[in-house]
Amino acid sequence: MSELSVSSGVPSVSMPPPSALQGETRPKVTVRDLNFYYGEHHALKKINLTLMANRVTAFIGPSGCGKSTLLRIFNRMYDLYPGQRAEGQLMLDNQNILDPKLDLNLLRARVGMVFQKPTPFPMTIYENIAFGIRLYEKISKSEMDIRVERALRGGALWNEVKDKLNASGLSLSGGQQQRLCIARTIAVRPEVILFDEPCSALDPISTAKIEELIDELKDQYTIAIVTHNMQQAARVSDSTAFMYLGELIEFDQTNKIFTSPTDRRTQDYITGRFG
Amino acid sequence: MEAAGPYDRAKALSAFKFGDQAFYWITRICAMSVLLILGGIILSLIAGAWPAMKEFGFAFLWTQRWAPSADPPVLGAVGPIYGTLITSVIAMAIAIPVGLGIAIFLTELCPNWLRRPIGMAVELLAGIPSIIYGMWGFFVLGPFLANHVQPFMINAFEGVPVLGVIFAGPPSYLSLFNASLILAIMVLPFITSISVDVFKTVPPVLKEAAYGVGCTTWEVVRNVVIPYTRVGVIGGVMLALGRALGETMAVTFIIGNSFRITGSIFGPGTTISAAIASEFAESDGLHQSGLILLGLLLFVLTFFVLSAARLMLLRLEKKAGN
Repeated sequence: MSELSVSSGVPSVSMPPPSALQGETRPKVTVRDLNFYYGEHHALKKINLTLMANRVTAFIGPSGCGKSTLLRIFNRMYDLYPGQRAEGQLMLDNQNILDPKLDLNLLRARVGMVFQKPTPFPMTIYENIAFGIRLYEKISKSEMDIRVERALRGGALWNEVKDKLNASGLSLSGGQQQRLCIARTIAVRPEVILFDEPCSALDPISTAKIEELIDELKDQYTIAIVTHNMQQAARVSDSTAFMYLGELIEFDQTNKIFTSPTDRRTQDYITGRFG
Repeated sequence: MEAAGPYDRAKALSAFKFGDQAFYWITRICAMSVLLILGGIILSLIAGAWPAMKEFGFAFLWTQRWAPSADPPVLGAVGPIYGTLITSVIAMAIAIPVGLGIAIFLTELCPNWLRRPIGMAVELLAGIPSIIYGMWGFFVLGPFLANHVQPFMINAFEGVPVLGVIFAGPPSYLSLFNASLILAIMVLPFITSISVDVFKTVPPVLKEAAYGVGCTTWEVVRNVVIPYTRVGVIGGVMLALGRALGETMAVTFIIGNSFRITGSIFGPGTTISAAIASEFAESDGLHQSGLILLGLLLFVLTFFVLSAARLMLLRLEKKAGN
């Protein structure tokens, strides 16, 4: 099972070998025969893979390989744009995310997303967090204070902002803004968190903080991260998927991908021969 | 050669220097001329209004009677001021939600094929001369409202304490309500096209982030798009309000030109600009001076309304924590 049959034609779901995973875990998101189209362009071809609960899965590959596209299917973000469509099956626990009847707002509460650029909303720091909670729950002010503090602590930002919760979210530095966005995401208690190159606009110190945070978050969440930084993938992830030209080339536990990849293209990419 | 280098450069620079000085002065004169024109207009308004100010003093502001041919003539500005404010308020109350609604639909919800036709229609609406709105209001909209809409509203609100007075009959072709509706249609394109432009500046990723925490389209618009573009939207609204306050031709056609204040919005009235437009040609002496004083009041009124909007904007920004 550790090797992936990409073009075998037989629908198969590849999973990292159980031996690689310490502790209890189970499949959280299962992708089966997923195809994705931007209008006529066939952007993702027959993707099969599984995200394990409480694990970090990294997606690497050259620009345009479809890794961000794949990530944006997990919360149906592509739905905002006409002409984009997905075929196949994408199971979150036992529910097919691609079901057209699915309640998208509820799905996005279960699958949170952190973007490449920090995206604080044009409101105060406090409101940035409370806003998302209010969409789903009606709670008192004091309860809300607790939830906001907990989320900001979870985002490793509390100590830096506790004295200026009423300042604008836009007044924070880039790294703080990104942690605010992470705090905002975890405030609504999702099950899965998607990171789309979360550190590409940040300096090394902020990057280190975010990576540390991701490591802590995996105790509670299932995490998928797209990154261009291979060291980052190696540092933060338990398993890694290498994608190329819309195909999933190799998916395995991270240390195996980076030490002894099976596919020639994976090896070329991680050694920097192309990409 | 080494010595010639710096020398040549200095010479070249000094040649440019004159051009730069000239450029500075030309642009400066252009900018100063704005102040001059504004000051000139204010001064000539005050000079023209001076006889009326001397004659009526502050009583001009709270006298309702407008009798230029009485002996001695009595002029009061309450009617026109009331009409100006009421029509503008009603017009904005209609135009802001509708205009924003169109803008939101165009930027967030509209299928591509429908976007251009609606966008063009809005632009064209802005291009229609106001006299045409006036004629259309007089011959088409006025009769339609008087025959179909007003009787219905009069019946609906009859006997209701406050609303019964506001919507009291009889229906009329010429009324504050009709003028407000025309004004609303006229200012709609300002609000819509400016809102569309600023809504387009919202980064897609910010909207995605809002959708990403589970917002509905309405919640994204309400909590992200509008707060992000607040300054631009209010700018558009202020522009529209400025136009509504000062609009003359269309309003003169359909407002009925009555200086008497009635509680009902279906009664005739007048606005400052309509009063000036309909009487200025036949006026002289104190009457003319009184009309100029009305003009000055409109100027002051517009200034205060726009400053109030500006102030509100500042407070909103403070509240948002910027």
